[in-house]
Amino acid sequence: MASKHTLSREEQPQRWPLPPRRRPDLADFSRASLIAYLQTAPLDEVDISDPMYWETDTNSIYFKRLRDEAPVHFTTHNSDRHRGFWSVTRWADIMAVDTNHNVYSSDAHLGGITLFDMDQDFIMPMFIAMDPPKHDVQRKAVNPIVSGPNLASFEGLIRERTREVLDGLPRGEAFDWVDRVSIELTSRMLATLFDFPQEHRRKLTYWSDVSTSDAEIPGNPQKEERQAILMGMLQEFTLLWNQRVNEPPKGDLVSMLAHNPATRDMPPMEFMGNLVLLIVGGNDTTRNSTTGGVYEFSKNPGEWAKLRANPALVESAVSEIIRYQTPLAHMRRTALEDTILGGQRIRKGDKVVMWYSSGNRDERAIENPDAFIIDRPRARQHMSFGFGIHRCVGNRLAELQLKILWEEILARFESIEVLEEPERVPSAFVKGYKSMMVRLPA
Amino acid sequence: MAHVTYIEFNGTPHTVDVADGVSLMEGALQNGVPGIDGDCGGNAACATCHVYVADGWMGKIGERSESEEAMLDLADGLQENSRLACQIFASDGLEGLVVSMPESQH
Repeated sequence: MASKHTLSREEQPQRWPLPPRRRPDLADFSRASLIAYLQTAPLDEVDISDPMYWETDTNSIYFKRLRDEAPVHFTTHNSDRHRGFWSVTRWADIMAVDTNHNVYSSDAHLGGITLFDMDQDFIMPMFIAMDPPKHDVQRKAVNPIVSGPNLASFEGLIRERTREVLDGLPRGEAFDWVDRVSIELTSRMLATLFDFPQEHRRKLTYWSDVSTSDAEIPGNPQKEERQAILMGMLQEFTLLWNQRVNEPPKGDLVSMLAHNPATRDMPPMEFMGNLVLLIVGGNDTTRNSTTGGVYEFSKNPGEWAKLRANPALVESAVSEIIRYQTPLAHMRRTALEDTILGGQRIRKGDKVVMWYSSGNRDERAIENPDAFIIDRPRARQHMSFGFGIHRCVGNRLAELQLKILWEEILARFESIEVLEEPERVPSAFVKGYKSMMVRLPA
Repeated sequence: MAHVTYIEFNGTPHTVDVADGVSLMEGALQNGVPGIDGDCGGNAACATCHVYVADGWMGKIGERSESEEAMLDLADGLQENSRLACQIFASDGLEGLVVSMPESQH
């Protein structure tokens, strides 16, 4: 029986392949079965990092119970796979962890920022997985591209592309919104930010998916294959780097990294790490909120009617979509010293997982949190972007992209019919959609 | 209570009453003053209530905490008179305080 603390690497070196995951003894793992199971299962028997709870969108049942019964809770079940982790599920406790970077580290060498440790044979330093002071100088190197005044210069381009993509959609027939809209728009934006060849933009989506994919899911690249794919990404970007470093500085991310004193001498793995960060940060998140919004409006026709009647609500609607989707379900920290959190004794070295997806549904912080309400009085107060020094640097760009998208949808479509339940990503980190079939009025 | 004047980036002033003990971020949100977002609800955890404090007031509003310092350090347009409005609390001593907003909150 594992202790109620994270096992150290000495106690449990990183293994590959991971030992098999123990699952509950159920007749099947359908959504209905998992809902029934999670309603009454002993809290200690559930390993919520299991992708099946995310693919079936059943995890929120467990988090509601944790918030009420055990808001800072340690999971030992399957600890031979993840070494054991704390789940922090209430808004206030998440805020306490997120704002205390002196105690709760993001360092890649301690495992980084996701529940499952970063591959320690393939450490990619990136500023989200660094502590101050290095984090601060690298973040500042890319910050200007997503600051308010610079975003204004993107607005026309984003609107033009959004119109083009929406005008190109088929009418009166089924199509996949994820592929035709969500991926299309985010990959074009990302290619612009990097000044990466637009014709190869889907490579960015591919690299993003590979870098966050769970190697255990059938069809996903395994450890060595994943490393090789990311090395390929590094190669392509190194060509761009070499080109940009010999040109005068300009406004794209590669040029900014190549010319900024804080980043221009980065070793290759660190360049790769920061690329992964910026690609995932600009891709997975907005993509899934783009899909999630359509899904939530289809489930809440009254809210859609409200928005159509009053398009000025688009800004608060965007915040509500981002809260409701919570495109990154969690961020993880590692305790640098013994401390107390929510009455629980956290020990140095423990993994502490902040479940933003749960904090965003915490009744103690948000009124009627399970309802999708586009005109909440303080819609901006959600935790999908995280808080503290690692707060999402691209949040304003994400909001701008989504605002323009919904303005242009309102101008075109009286409804978007969701034809069946979307296929969700099996991941406790990226909370998103693989596909969602929809139909526009003919 | 204090009359606090918030000046938008475009120069538009808004003078509102902020009750004792209420933060300038809350004062702005409650009175619909544009240009302050307050995304984190007042925890010095997001820097979306960044303001510039008018000359002569910096010595009267307390010091930046470590967490406020950390967030401001990453904010756009940091100046010596930058503060997070959620960390400044109204009192009689702040009657007539003037703060102005940056071009955008980030």
